[in-house]
Amino acid sequence: MTAALDEKMPRRFTDEETGEEGAKIEAFLHHFQEEDEEDTVSSAKISARNLNFYYGDQQALFDNNLDIAEGRITAIIGPSGCGKSTHLRIYNRIFQLYGNQRAEGEVLLDGKNLLDSGTNLIELRRRIGMIFQKPTPFPLSVFENVAYGLRLHFKMPKSELNGRVESALKKAALFDEVKDKLDKPGVALSGGQQQRLCIARTIALEPEILLMDEPTSAIDPVATRKVEELAEELKGNFTIVIVTHSMQQAARISDFTAFFYKGKIIEYGLTKEMFTNPKQKQTEDYITGRFG
Amino acid sequence: MTPRSDKGRKLLDWMVKAISVCAALLGLFFLGWILFVVIDRGIAAINWQFFTKLPMPPGMEGGGVANAILGTMIMTALATLLGVPAGLLAGVYLAEFGKHSRLGAWVRFTVNVLMGIPSIILGLFVYSILVYPFGTFSGWAGGVALSILMFPVVARTTEDMLSMVPNALREAALAIGNPRWMATLSIIFRAAKSGLITGVLLSVARVSGETAPLLFTALNSSYMMKSLNEPLANLTVTIYQYAMSPYDDWNQIAWGASLLIMTAVLLLNLAARFAVREKKI
Amino acid sequence: MEHSATGRQQSWKTSRSMDLLFRGVTAACAAFVLVIMAGIFVSLVWNSLPTIREFGFSFLFSKAWDPVSQKFGALSSIYGTLMSTAIAMLLAVPLSMVIALFLVELAPPKVSAVVGNAIELLAAVPSIIYGMWGLFVFAPFMADHVQPLLSEYLGWLPFFQGPEMGIGMLTAGIILALMILPFISTVMRDVFAMVPDVMKEAGYGMGATTFEVTKDVTIRYGIQGMIGACLLGLGRAIGETMAITFVIGNSSDIFISLFEAGNSIASRLANEFAEAAEPMYLSALMELGLVLFLMTLILQIITQFWLKRVKKKMGGDLL
Repeated sequence: MTAALDEKMPRRFTDEETGEEGAKIEAFLHHFQEEDEEDTVSSAKISARNLNFYYGDQQALFDNNLDIAEGRITAIIGPSGCGKSTHLRIYNRIFQLYGNQRAEGEVLLDGKNLLDSGTNLIELRRRIGMIFQKPTPFPLSVFENVAYGLRLHFKMPKSELNGRVESALKKAALFDEVKDKLDKPGVALSGGQQQRLCIARTIALEPEILLMDEPTSAIDPVATRKVEELAEELKGNFTIVIVTHSMQQAARISDFTAFFYKGKIIEYGLTKEMFTNPKQKQTEDYITGRFG
Repeated sequence: MTPRSDKGRKLLDWMVKAISVCAALLGLFFLGWILFVVIDRGIAAINWQFFTKLPMPPGMEGGGVANAILGTMIMTALATLLGVPAGLLAGVYLAEFGKHSRLGAWVRFTVNVLMGIPSIILGLFVYSILVYPFGTFSGWAGGVALSILMFPVVARTTEDMLSMVPNALREAALAIGNPRWMATLSIIFRAAKSGLITGVLLSVARVSGETAPLLFTALNSSYMMKSLNEPLANLTVTIYQYAMSPYDDWNQIAWGASLLIMTAVLLLNLAARFAVREKKI
Repeated sequence: MEHSATGRQQSWKTSRSMDLLFRGVTAACAAFVLVIMAGIFVSLVWNSLPTIREFGFSFLFSKAWDPVSQKFGALSSIYGTLMSTAIAMLLAVPLSMVIALFLVELAPPKVSAVVGNAIELLAAVPSIIYGMWGLFVFAPFMADHVQPLLSEYLGWLPFFQGPEMGIGMLTAGIILALMILPFISTVMRDVFAMVPDVMKEAGYGMGATTFEVTKDVTIRYGIQGMIGACLLGLGRAIGETMAITFVIGNSSDIFISLFEAGNSIASRLANEFAEAAEPMYLSALMELGLVLFLMTLILQIITQFWLKRVKKKMGGDLL
């Protein structure tokens, strides 16, 4: 009875609701009021059009349409199993590692459909970097981890390679911590350092887009803070898409947010608007913590 | 209801335990006996000449098995050179490309079956493709027979080891723009390194002690090797022939060769274990 | 800092044709396994055509083996192979079971680890070592100590009569048993260890003794895996060559008595192949090889299907 009523009511804080969740949202509101109104217009770097995805016979995404703004951070949120990682993993076609998964529809990167069979995946993945849920350092030294992609894709003199590795490590805010252990294996670093090493490895290639698939879910709060700061610093140069299960994280660092639920995009817009004034009931329920 | 006495049960349990311990001791006693005899009799045969001299006719002092040691090493190396790369690549196919393909399923099954085919049958096969057509037993044929023995073992362990590398690392390797072959050879192989080394060492250990596939391929020879196109001396067939001979001094040398080959095989096995242990630390 | 200068790209490493080539090469290597398997079968059939034509199925049921008059039959070899394997399994399976039981349930963890490792190592000892020991040490021991006892107390059975020479079917079977013992016990130990602790604890919790828990829980839970271990051991025993060749005695007759000499397919091949010059003789040996190949092939196929089932149930590979 109440549920049916709620559905039709415009979104308002009632007195009962202004408990803990209400306070949380007030904090978000406050956070955003400090920022300038700059994020309103941006051109799309990557756009999904009528995107459907299947694991075998099981459909996981339904008619996704999404524009990712160039040079901004877009967050994808939603309860677990809603398809947010699935969606992200289409952008660099990493899902193709597994034979029984397929995507239908279009994903336009600078106007070209990257799902076309003619797409050069290696080139695509050089342009679109990805950071994974768990740190994935290669079984190589710290230095070689960062140099790996550079060596793979480019020819360059040793001195330039050294410079690029160093600058990537600096950009990833890791250089000071590892400058004495560049020869140590990458797996010897702490979890948070490993994740930043993976970020350094990815941004060394200067990709145009950085996909982050719950990059902080496996590391501690301090390291999380560092990764978040890093993402904020990197935006502008990179277009960043971050999948996160933490609404606070989405609110803190993203400019745009897309809310996924059961494989569908329920709502998409400016982060501050979504967190202050969600248009859909499901979005509101999710960000106020009523499910998921 | 009267409580059932557990005396009988306890006695039965005690007896079974006693039998179990005795049987285990019996098994271990026999296995220890074998090792003791090989070491005891083998050491008596081993001296400097054993390693440096060529075989002598029975009754003559100072013969050795230098040619057989060399021949075994060469054939094992040849088998490794042929069998390991082929096995590794087949294992890569099974783990990376053939997980769900029909070819993969057939190959996986056949690899397991082939591992269970007696090595003497492989000897017959190589005899009919490499010895009979060329009219001579040869070192090449021996090496190929051993490599066929090695091939499925390496393929199977490679598949197992590569399958243990988490998919996350595979995805990360591809996400940075690696083609599959680079991702496999430079990242996945490295991650599975110690397991692969173990597999290779165990397969080398297994073939270096083999006799049956060499009987009709390399045969044996009492001369120093000149080329791989002729019968090649090797330790295991030497042991067989010398042990079956009625001469005490030849029997003695067979014991020495047995000790040598057993030591080599066990050391390779130990090395393989250490390769695994290193990974865990 | 822009990378876009195309001339700097490493084209060969990332080119698509390299990837296709790699995939092709690995697939070719994998398919090579099938080629070898088919090659073994075809070459064995091809080379045994002369005797297949000459004797047909009667080859399998004739115990003649006379290179001089060119009469060949596989019966004595098949009998020897089956008999030596049967003796080996009869001795090795119960012994392996109690060794595995000892390792998993009775021995303290440290003892279990040491003994377990030692047994695993022994499984790697080359079979020719067992053959040497059998010929020079164990056969005389059998002749002097074991066979007199057997014929004194069990001599009323036809199996334990005849010459007490040490060499023969019984000795071959015992050595074969020793050879597969480490192998089967290792696999059995792994099967026992795969039984979830909660199942055993539930048994002990009811007040059951070790024997009762083993009988009612461990064995019942692991029976499929134990059968798998036996199949794997059987596969090893049936084609084992060197351990048997030394001591089986190389006779072409079939005797009821286990003291008598015999031959197995593998031992006959090992003994006679290198000196067989006559085409018919060679063909007969090849056909023996074909028989052994088909025996092991069928056994292995059964084993693989069984192991697949075990894996589904117990969630682990036995080998």
